[in-house]
Amino acid sequence: MSGILGKKIGMTNMFDVSGRYIACTVIEAGPCVVTQVKTTDKDGYNSVQLGFGERKEKHTTSPQMGHFKKAGTTPKKKVVEFRDFDGEEKKMGDVVTLDIFTEGEYVDVIGTSKGKGFQGVVKRHHFSGVGGATHGQHDRQRAGGSMGASSYPSHVFKGKRMPGRMGGDRVKARNLEVMKLIKDKNLLVVKGSVPGASGSFVIIHK
Amino acid sequence: MDLLKYAESQLMVKQSIPDFKAGDTVTISYKIKEGDKERVQQFTGVVIQRKGVGNVKTFTVRKISNGVGVERIFPLYSTFIESITVDKRGEVRRAKLFYLRGAIGKKAKIDELKGADIVAAQEPELAEK
Repeated sequence: MSGILGKKIGMTNMFDVSGRYIACTVIEAGPCVVTQVKTTDKDGYNSVQLGFGERKEKHTTSPQMGHFKKAGTTPKKKVVEFRDFDGEEKKMGDVVTLDIFTEGEYVDVIGTSKGKGFQGVVKRHHFSGVGGATHGQHDRQRAGGSMGASSYPSHVFKGKRMPGRMGGDRVKARNLEVMKLIKDKNLLVVKGSVPGASGSFVIIHK
Repeated sequence: MDLLKYAESQLMVKQSIPDFKAGDTVTISYKIKEGDKERVQQFTGVVIQRKGVGNVKTFTVRKISNGVGVERIFPLYSTFIESITVDKRGEVRRAKLFYLRGAIGKKAKIDELKGADIVAAQEPELAEK
């Protein structure tokens, strides 16, 4: 597996080769710096740690400063580990750019979905609500319905889907086609939507 | 936002689009694929709205065909559009002419804008920047 870190810029449309009008997302991806390399001998598994985005020195703790200093780089906003990184062996301080991608290949994009607040079961779990609007029924259209059986089992099962906080989860959008690479500005254009708001942090897995 | 604009300028196919707005009568030559054959179809009508920002602009053209109102929505930068020609400039007082849908007779008529020249095709806005 290989990948890169980025920031969602926003959505737009483009025309593909056959002239179809396609919605796509623009992501500012990289350049990322290798801040640590883990090996089987030393750490028990192989991985590469990438840092992305600038962070002010005054907002960085001294242990973190030491960590970035070791890699010979400025403090980074986000640091993410990728297990078994493909391609040639990476050293601390190496830069990973968009060059690892090619147009037409498929990537997974991980982001944090937009928070929806406290939501009912109809929106949160796609329940259909209870009954209709007429025939004497009222106040039941967005209700969850029965919680379960009666004297046996005498309790509500764990994991019963109920109202609650929705959104703000880590979500992976799989198999998004890379439509275009704009290398001079480090922009990656993928087909379709990507979890999260514009300006939010995303991880792109190849 | 600037990065999005830059990306849009890179994603767009450069075309020459004439300057037109709601109320104008335009003819669109639209390429249609039938199997492996391609032919060009003309669609003439009144532009009743232009909408969208960046690369996602569209415009709606309305015409009366055999007594039935027909509306078509075209993406402004569609690669299937061969050409857009402005036949007539209309004098209208609003940007969206949805009132035409219910209007009949004299009310559905759009006066021609006096003293307007038909401007030749210009470079698209995004390409200029």
